[in-house]
Amino acid sequence: MAQSHGMVERRGAGLWLSHVIMICGVLLVFFPIWLAFVASTVTQPEIVRPPMPLLPGEHFWENYKAALFAGVNVPVLQMLFNSLVMALGIAVGKIVISLLSAFAIVYFRFPGRTTFFWMIFITLMLPVEVRIVPTFEVVAGFGMLNSYAGLIFPLIASATATFLFRQFFLTIPDELAEAARVDGAKPMRFFIDIVVPMSRTNIAALFVILFIYGWNQYLWPLLITTDPSMNTIVMGLNQMFPSGDDVAEWPVIMATSILAMVPPIFVVVSMQRLFVRGLVDSEK
Amino acid sequence: MATVSLKNIKKSFGAVDVIHGISVDIADGEFIVIVGPSGCGKSTLLRMVAGLETVTAGDILIADQRVNEKEPMERDIAMVFQNYALYPHMSVRENMGYGLKIAGLSKALIHSKVEDAAKLLQLTELLDRRPRQLSGGQRQRVAMGRAIVREPSVFLFDEPLSNLDAKLRVQMRLEIRELQQTFGVTSLYVTHDQVEAMTMADRMIVMNDGVAEQIGTPLEVYERPQTLFAAQFIGSPAMNVFDAHIKDKVVYVDVVKIGAARLPDGPVKLGIRPEHLVPDTEGSISIEMRMSEPLGANTLLHGRLQAPDDQPVTASLNGVHNLEGVQAPMRFSVAADNIHLFDPVSLKRLEDD
Repeated sequence: MAQSHGMVERRGAGLWLSHVIMICGVLLVFFPIWLAFVASTVTQPEIVRPPMPLLPGEHFWENYKAALFAGVNVPVLQMLFNSLVMALGIAVGKIVISLLSAFAIVYFRFPGRTTFFWMIFITLMLPVEVRIVPTFEVVAGFGMLNSYAGLIFPLIASATATFLFRQFFLTIPDELAEAARVDGAKPMRFFIDIVVPMSRTNIAALFVILFIYGWNQYLWPLLITTDPSMNTIVMGLNQMFPSGDDVAEWPVIMATSILAMVPPIFVVVSMQRLFVRGLVDSEK
Repeated sequence: MATVSLKNIKKSFGAVDVIHGISVDIADGEFIVIVGPSGCGKSTLLRMVAGLETVTAGDILIADQRVNEKEPMERDIAMVFQNYALYPHMSVRENMGYGLKIAGLSKALIHSKVEDAAKLLQLTELLDRRPRQLSGGQRQRVAMGRAIVREPSVFLFDEPLSNLDAKLRVQMRLEIRELQQTFGVTSLYVTHDQVEAMTMADRMIVMNDGVAEQIGTPLEVYERPQTLFAAQFIGSPAMNVFDAHIKDKVVYVDVVKIGAARLPDGPVKLGIRPEHLVPDTEGSISIEMRMSEPLGANTLLHGRLQAPDDQPVTASLNGVHNLEGVQAPMRFSVAADNIHLFDPVSLKRLEDD
């Protein structure tokens, strides 16, 4: 009895300690974001004059309005829209293509099935940066520079997602496919009525990951968009930084940074709920 | 409703032959149980009838139509799977109606058919639940319901009760049989459980190593097993088998005289069911008891036949509740009708007359 009491106390202490450590960690990580937020609510002279302010100023609306509708090179609203199209296009495209290719690899026996699987798998080892020159050549040849198509298509195939869906499909019992066959479902019907609904938690999880992947693309948009109106927010943000003798509009740049963070956070928070509900409702 | 004929069905996976030619004609409305140990090819045979496996050789006829190359849906069959194979993301109602929906029936018609089947299976309350919210027995009923709504000519069951507990199994066994009799639908039922085979079958196919050892009614198989395998597989506890020989029309195990047989002299395999060993102080069979298992209604006695080579033997004593204190060898006799003789090489039944 006494011993178990002691164990509870020790666990209590451990609980406090771990919370203290976690809170410190959160503060540490959150501090730069806080600074960015503070910087986006004050004026340029207030930032450059030391010490830097640590509490928000009174120019929130002013700075954000300037960023959204005027920007430095192009209105941030336009860049946000471009990023949204690109991230959604990549996430949705990757999921659709991966679902279909994983379905083909798992459920159909066709000549070269394993070869194709390994070909897809090997491309995992080739990130965008490695194949960027030939990809640029191809996209330029198709006249897709400065277009949404050019932003989306080269990044739309995903070996990772194909691999994940393949692994998931392998866990679906064969008898389910057979039952559907006895029920008279043709392969695509089986895919749409049974495989896709069963994969929806995986789809939600992948959507979060892929949306952020698409949103954070930097090098590729930088290469193929020369027209500022096609800039995405992550690269556009970088282009706002002054070169040479230009004066940096730090409050506007910081407001843009904060704005660039909002959509991914929104996606993570909203999809996380669906993702968790999917896990709790696990139907296997 | 339809007849089913299998004509010399063979199946190979690559170089491995798993089914070596099985032929059977199944009458309209008959309930056929395919029984055998795991790996004997019984499920493969059923899946070939369903159209889920290709047929290597031979013909499958349903309602006198050759269906070898037809898709499962075109064969007018319904199948109940071992793990039920319910679609986890659909309600019970959607699960049962899915086949009808694909067949393109109107919503109203699907609704009424599903309601009818649900009423029959006492699933009405559960129609809007998901499979994971159901117990094993209820899932089993839904799987049955999915088969019934389609009003097929043939029901196929692939070990449907093996995931249920013993009590539920007995109950579902009766329900399945009752439903099948109500609808009069020709049925093929695969199981490894000889009790299910005995209780449910109109006729059973005893399979071993891809061969049909015997096809017959349960009592035929019990009373006149055609092979040693069928003799030992059907009946519980399993039949005792002894190395015996015949000399001058008398069957001996070693020097113990068992009974008469009008067969030529030579070695034989002798089979005696445990329940056919009758205690008899004058009997020629003397068993030294090693262990007893009281089952309530009867008691199993495991021991050794008192003969120079000490062969193991099991006897089932009806109405005997307690064997404690019985240490001395007990004597038994066996009726002449209850002696089964098998050829020691081919393991086929030797007819005694």
